[in-house]
Amino acid sequence: MLTIKDLTVSIHGKTILKGLNLDVKEGEVHAIMGPNGSGKSTLASVIAGRDLFDVDKGEITYMGRNIFDMPAETRAREGLFLGFQYPVEIPGVSIANFMRTAINEKRKHLGLDPLTGAEFLRVMEEKKKMVDIQSKLASRSVNEGFSGGEKKKNEIFQMAMLEPRLAILDETDSGLDIDALKVVANGVNKLRRKDNATIVITHYQRLLDYIIPDFVHVLYDGSIIKSGGKELAVELEEKGYDWVKKEAGAGNAA
Amino acid sequence: MSDKNNQILEEIGGSDYKYGFYTDIEMDQAPPGLTEDTVRFISAKKNEPDFMLAFRLRAFRHWKTLKEPDWAHVEYPPINYQDLIYYSAPRKRPKYDSLDEVDPELLETFEKLGIPLDEQKMLAGVAVDAVMDSVSVGSTFKKTLAEHGIIFCSFSEALQKHPGLIKKHMGTVVPYTDNYFAALNSAVFSDGSFAYIPKGVKCPLELSTYFRINAAKTGQFERTLIVAEEGSYVSYMEGCTAPIRDENQLHAAIVEIIAHKDAEVKYSTVQNWWPGDKEGKGGVYNFVTKRGICEGDNAKISWTQVETGSAITWKYPSLILKGNNSTGEFYSVAVTNNRQQADTGTKMIHLGKNTKSTIISKGISGGRSNNSYRGLVKTGRKAENARNFSQCDSLLLGDQCGAHTFPYIDVGNRSSIVEHEATTSKISEDQLFYCLQRGIDMEGAIGLIVNGYAKEVLSKLPMEFAVEAQKLLSVNLEGSVG
Repeated sequence: MLTIKDLTVSIHGKTILKGLNLDVKEGEVHAIMGPNGSGKSTLASVIAGRDLFDVDKGEITYMGRNIFDMPAETRAREGLFLGFQYPVEIPGVSIANFMRTAINEKRKHLGLDPLTGAEFLRVMEEKKKMVDIQSKLASRSVNEGFSGGEKKKNEIFQMAMLEPRLAILDETDSGLDIDALKVVANGVNKLRRKDNATIVITHYQRLLDYIIPDFVHVLYDGSIIKSGGKELAVELEEKGYDWVKKEAGAGNAA
Repeated sequence: MSDKNNQILEEIGGSDYKYGFYTDIEMDQAPPGLTEDTVRFISAKKNEPDFMLAFRLRAFRHWKTLKEPDWAHVEYPPINYQDLIYYSAPRKRPKYDSLDEVDPELLETFEKLGIPLDEQKMLAGVAVDAVMDSVSVGSTFKKTLAEHGIIFCSFSEALQKHPGLIKKHMGTVVPYTDNYFAALNSAVFSDGSFAYIPKGVKCPLELSTYFRINAAKTGQFERTLIVAEEGSYVSYMEGCTAPIRDENQLHAAIVEIIAHKDAEVKYSTVQNWWPGDKEGKGGVYNFVTKRGICEGDNAKISWTQVETGSAITWKYPSLILKGNNSTGEFYSVAVTNNRQQADTGTKMIHLGKNTKSTIISKGISGGRSNNSYRGLVKTGRKAENARNFSQCDSLLLGDQCGAHTFPYIDVGNRSSIVEHEATTSKISEDQLFYCLQRGIDMEGAIGLIVNGYAKEVLSKLPMEFAVEAQKLLSVNLEGSVG
């Protein structure tokens, strides 16, 4: 579904990602962990199509197509979803209106008729229940005056509405209390299907108690220096990142 | 008619004959230039009562003594008033036989605004079948109004049928001495609308949803007069969401509203005159004087305006709160893009006790445009406990446009409370990317964000107008962000 080969990315001449490789298949959940500044959010932004970065080398293939041939909105309509680390406020635009616009743009792209008001409301009610969001959220303006937890839950609600093929959750767990964390994890687990995939970017192992990944990757200084199963996350939690760095350092030296 | 009037008429007739065009009553258009003869020609052409001609002439003589104002934050080359044509027949023959001949770019805009096909034809100047659905709609409309004793007709018609009402009210809110453009309009106004709501009548219809198309054709010097008698209510809409191209570059309208005791008038307008090309060439100059007076106690007038068109907008819908406990409201969205310039705002003059006013102004600037809010809040010596709240927000798209705020506050007594809030913000890259990532393209994203920003004002518009206005904002801001 997503294949990244030798991806090298810089911003203002400073290289952030250095020859990164990753392969994500349908039905899989990948966790990408790593210390601050290792390039996790840059990776998410580049996949989603933010144009702040220069791609110096490498390729990304999404659903068999060169992702760089698609503008950001096309990637989204083709089922790519980014759960933002810092969701932005859009004053005066209700979540319902925002989501209806987004869903109908996607449907248009796929050659489907737009949802009527009634159909949309029915879908919205269903998804709100699914991800356990209180009903009043939808009539509020997008993220305006939301608490940190509400913003993240709103990201999960949008993910449920848009039913992505590939969802990337960028530090969705940061700043959440345990209850909000459970809501987020529960949403992700309920949306998990055989034909979609999720990349969970996180700093802490905590979220991975609730979302069980198939693969765990350690991103350090712009590349993935270690990959393993879910037990790697536990090991990182116990021992920190230093031993992986040393191991990788030793590997490079040899 | 008195002898004196007869004598004046004879003089008029004589002098017109001397210049040779007065007798040619079939002529569609006055020769270029502005003299007393032009004023007489217009008045004669419209078969106006004597008092109207006398009014026009007084206004013209006063206008000649004035200098064009230059204090607004707008720039344009000098206008040669002697080059303009001040009268042309209101209905011209259609320019095209079918929509296929019309500029495709204009049609595309109509599509985006969701304007029905018949209306598209009328707006673009395409011949339309004589019998149209809207004709019957129009007559039903008129019948309902007549049952309530409401007068709603063109200004010319009102001068023929209700000269007394016009004579009594016209020029009482905006005297011809008010300003340069008001004097000009008073001398040469072409046509406009008149609405009269009798005592105690709540007008059951939004005045002018259907009529807006016709209203768009009334020419460059429009005049609107709305009189709401004691205890009456009316919601009046003027303007048009479709972009109106017009050969007349200068537009100087006057709107006067009078609300008597316990009456309420809601005036909504959407203005989308042709703004010119991307360099601002050929756009309309819109210099408008709009003013209302809350004449009696507990009267209420609200202005809601969405300004998206014109190369230059110079417009300050104002209110005089004379009656005690009267209320004034001003809600405005002004959008400028490319090279457009807008200097708009309001004046709230508090004279009565416990008068209240609210000003919500939302400016949106894109491209290389300039958008200014200019407002005056004045409380008189006797306006005890007068209250005003003003909020002026500016939204910038891109980094080559300008937003300016010029608030003037003049407080004449110790018990008034005047509040002013202002913010300036920019559409952020983060907001745009957030929308893109949800599958909404750049155009859609700007439309959403701008409509969200202007929601407070748009929600004051009558429903049907609000939907069109929302689309209008998106369409007008296309290409405003790099």
